[in-house]
Amino acid sequence: MNFTLHVWRQDGPEVPGGFETYEARDISEHMSFLEMLDLVNEGLTHDGHEPVAFEHDCREGICGSCGMMINGVPHGPKGMVATCQLHMRSFRDGDEIWIEPWRATAFPVLRDLAVDRGALDRIIDAGGYISVRTGSPQDANALLIRKEDADLAMDAAQCIGCGACVAACPNASAMLFTAAKVSHLGLLPQGQPERYTRVLDMVTQHDREGFGNCTNHGACQEACPKGISVDFIARLNRDLVVSTWKTAGD
Amino acid sequence: MQLDAKIPAGPLQDKWTKHRFDMKLVNPANKRKYDVIIVGTGLAGASAAATMGELGYNVKVFTFHDSARRAHSIAAQGGINAAKNYQGDGDSIFRLFYDTVKGGDFRSREANVYRLAELSLNIIDQAVAQGVPFAREYGGLLANRSFGGAQVSRTFYARGQTGQQLLLGAYQALKRQVAAGTVELHTRHEMLDVVLVDGEARGIVTRDLVSGKVESHAAHAVVLATGGYSNVFFLSTNAKGCNVTATWRAARRGAGFANPCYTQIHPTSIPASGEYQSKLTLMSESLRNDGRIWVPKKAGDGRVAADIPEDERDYYLERFYPSFGNLSPRDISSRRAKEMVDAGHGVGPLRNGVFLDFKHAIDRLGSPVISERYGNLFEMYEKITGEDPYKTPMRIYPAPHYTMGGLWVDYNLMSNVPGMFVLGEANFSDHGANRLGASALMQGLADGYFVAPATISNYLAGVERKPVSRDHAAFADVEREVSERTQRLLDVDGTRTVDEFHIELGRIMWEKCGMERNEAGLKEALKEIPELRARFWKEVRVPGSGETFNQSLEKAGRVADFLEFAEVMCHDALARDESCGAHYRSEHTTEEGEAKRDDENFSHVAVWEYKGEGEAPVLHREPLAFENVKLSTRSYK
Amino acid sequence: MRRVSALAHTSVGKKVLMAVTGFIWFGFLVGHMAGNLKAFTGAEHFDEYAHHLRVFGEPMVPPMGFLWTFRLLVLVAFVGHVILAWQTSRGSHAARQVAYRKQEHLSFSRASGFMRWGGVAILVFVIFHLLHMTTGQLHPDFVEGAAYANLVGGLSSPVVAGLYVLAMVAVSAHLYHGLWSLFQTVGAAHPKYHAARRPLAVAAALVIFFGFISIPVAVLTGVLTF
Repeated sequence: MNFTLHVWRQDGPEVPGGFETYEARDISEHMSFLEMLDLVNEGLTHDGHEPVAFEHDCREGICGSCGMMINGVPHGPKGMVATCQLHMRSFRDGDEIWIEPWRATAFPVLRDLAVDRGALDRIIDAGGYISVRTGSPQDANALLIRKEDADLAMDAAQCIGCGACVAACPNASAMLFTAAKVSHLGLLPQGQPERYTRVLDMVTQHDREGFGNCTNHGACQEACPKGISVDFIARLNRDLVVSTWKTAGD
Repeated sequence: MQLDAKIPAGPLQDKWTKHRFDMKLVNPANKRKYDVIIVGTGLAGASAAATMGELGYNVKVFTFHDSARRAHSIAAQGGINAAKNYQGDGDSIFRLFYDTVKGGDFRSREANVYRLAELSLNIIDQAVAQGVPFAREYGGLLANRSFGGAQVSRTFYARGQTGQQLLLGAYQALKRQVAAGTVELHTRHEMLDVVLVDGEARGIVTRDLVSGKVESHAAHAVVLATGGYSNVFFLSTNAKGCNVTATWRAARRGAGFANPCYTQIHPTSIPASGEYQSKLTLMSESLRNDGRIWVPKKAGDGRVAADIPEDERDYYLERFYPSFGNLSPRDISSRRAKEMVDAGHGVGPLRNGVFLDFKHAIDRLGSPVISERYGNLFEMYEKITGEDPYKTPMRIYPAPHYTMGGLWVDYNLMSNVPGMFVLGEANFSDHGANRLGASALMQGLADGYFVAPATISNYLAGVERKPVSRDHAAFADVEREVSERTQRLLDVDGTRTVDEFHIELGRIMWEKCGMERNEAGLKEALKEIPELRARFWKEVRVPGSGETFNQSLEKAGRVADFLEFAEVMCHDALARDESCGAHYRSEHTTEEGEAKRDDENFSHVAVWEYKGEGEAPVLHREPLAFENVKLSTRSYK
Repeated sequence: MRRVSALAHTSVGKKVLMAVTGFIWFGFLVGHMAGNLKAFTGAEHFDEYAHHLRVFGEPMVPPMGFLWTFRLLVLVAFVGHVILAWQTSRGSHAARQVAYRKQEHLSFSRASGFMRWGGVAILVFVIFHLLHMTTGQLHPDFVEGAAYANLVGGLSSPVVAGLYVLAMVAVSAHLYHGLWSLFQTVGAAHPKYHAARRPLAVAAALVIFFGFISIPVAVLTGVLTF
């Protein structure tokens, strides 16, 4: 298979970027999208150019490092996969492919397709945890958790922190990311004591990072490689209302 | 090189308890006067940082990733062992200990393994308290599954994402400390060397992967939790970024490298689909609980699975090992698969795999149950291969996966370089010559949450409290060396890419120091590797500059280190003139084709001392004593 | 009030307040529509109803008291809704300063993309509507107090009537997505009721649409005359 790639190249956060066009030749349909980029990069290196910078690590869809806008869709057209799990069989021979970095003010471009997603980490800093000291807990089976609750918490906990939700959202909102963590912890009995402070702190940090607000578009859910549902955003909204009610009433 | 394992005296069961009491403590007010550097944010690094930060030490953590949530621990699928005996099926700390020692083919330290089994209980408690959503039964209790190499159900799991959930638990605990100000997190910083002051580890030198700035960081102790070196094979199930640089750089500064030849080949990875393959993807070993492994009886049988009748299928693991069958240990399963493929029984378009078939399980339990257990693994398989495992059997083949070898550490997890602690996969300590499934997560977290935070106080209590100054000449020297080496990589400006060299190295290692090794092959490898290394330094092309975000440069540094390290690995494989666990020398097999140990001559840890570039490393030995288990020939028949 | 202002401090809270103010307007629209439909009962009835609104609650409430209280509530909701919309959309614009060269529309709700521009259109319409039917500046032959005559006269021009119909398209679409996402926004979304949400929102939007356009249509077709 052969493809024409239009790849966003940008040397640094402060430098303007632009598209470069590359031809990808003799691509196997079994190649992953990143393997196709590897091949392009090998060619660029041989020709004395700098290869396209993109983030990747596990290449099995769990680390959340990779991610790029492929023909206007985060992680490409397949759905329910990270870019590393997208295979060239999802494209047609001769396709033109536009490749762009995640675009959000909160995700400055570091180079080419690599962006800084530190803002997501700082949302976790604001309260995305359960405060428990190492060594102090009770026996694990002393706490009974309904299977349904554990399963739902796990649905939310699957988030890989790739940022596709932000990339897809017309408002560049990270509400799905935030909601996934708020819901994961808020659904479990262990997470109850901090439930309402957590949601307020995390949403406040979310806003401070410069992410947009959620307008119930639903693009995030469509783009999420783990299929995390916007129902978790509803859950977050509810918790936030309760939270402001409680804290402002004090 | 002094190798004192410092194993506490006394009965096995009391060693850790007694040792914890005997160790010196740092009083709470003084803890914040001690700086601790932790490199790596996988399970071991993140959990150690979180715990030490909470204890009050001044912790600085470094990771080359963009976030502390990306380390490859995240990819562990199947589960984590703990001797909770929640199933009442006869499990106990001693049984987990015994299984681990036996699984490691009697090449691990009893005391370390026993401590690991003890701490396994605390890990589960800790993880649950943090909100790790382990699988539950309908009654609300924790669910368990069984795993390769064990006859009890002791594996806790969170769907097929146990590593992810445990890592996120540790990451969140770490982030809590970052928010509290006890831990300073440096992302996108790669450690490129360690700094020794008067023979003790006192800092590291890092390169900022965005700005390219090389700088040093000082502390009273350095903790390395930088993972394993499977990527020496180029194709492995490890993440692309996994590398040996941190541990190899430490080895060059005098830390002993123990048992580098113990590399585990995982039996259930998806076979490569072509030349361009950049990495291999593992399918959790838990699949072997319900899947049956088979190949066509007839070599070269080109029919699809459905067309091959039952009596023409060879369920070879069940045939060879009636009691363990498809759950036989990893090394055995891997080797048998290779044997089958080599003998022409391989399946798939490239004839490079064996079948893992769920048909019987689906018939017996129904697809909903199978989907509940393995749904996401099946999806993952389908995404990669385009085949549906509910309909056609999966194809699997062994792949390099985990490295039992690592930096030598004593019972306190401190290397022979005082002040340098090594945790998780980066050390050598607990798995012997072969690691059992669902034990890596256990070890990483035991080291990070419980062992290192306790033992480091014993060390720090004897260290002067005044801050370590970066003004010491050692820091400037190492910084300069690091910068010079980086520049050297850029200056070669040859004609071949870094990956081309890495692929070539991987091929040598896989063929000559892979699943099966022999003297002749290893000697060839020892000739080829230095040649390849010399060519690398003459012909490699690293585009760009050192002052920018330069991924080629990052890779080049790592491959350069693999090219040095690979040699030690081959030396070790050659010197260990026996077969044991994952180290299989074709000269040493039993009549049944199993690994044949030589306990008389090789019941030791092989520790390699670096002697300089181009010099052969020197072998030291730490003898292993077995007082609580009887050395037996491993038999899974 | 403290709680309301606390809510307004977060993006999610703003969204909740928008949902509440929007819902107040939905309530207003239902009342307004019911009032409008009284036109079908004849000029006398309709004028009486319009007059009644002004003197509602007398003598307990001063003349125009009820109407102004009501107007004030609706006005506050309206202004609040607009300000919040302005703030949140500005935030969203700031959140993505560089646009994609290519972006597919990933969404489960087409109407969501229409909320902002539709909202602006509605704002313009409301101003027009007030100047047209309430204060009369834009009405060719406005007579204070003659509600029925004003209504029929004002809508007898096909252009103006068409404008009202178009405005109702915007209002209904806005309402449809607004009502649908209301449950999501205030956190009442639950998988169990998911299936019912969309039909309910569609039904409400349709009722409002047809209820309102029935008047201009009736005027144009001669069903409602002087």
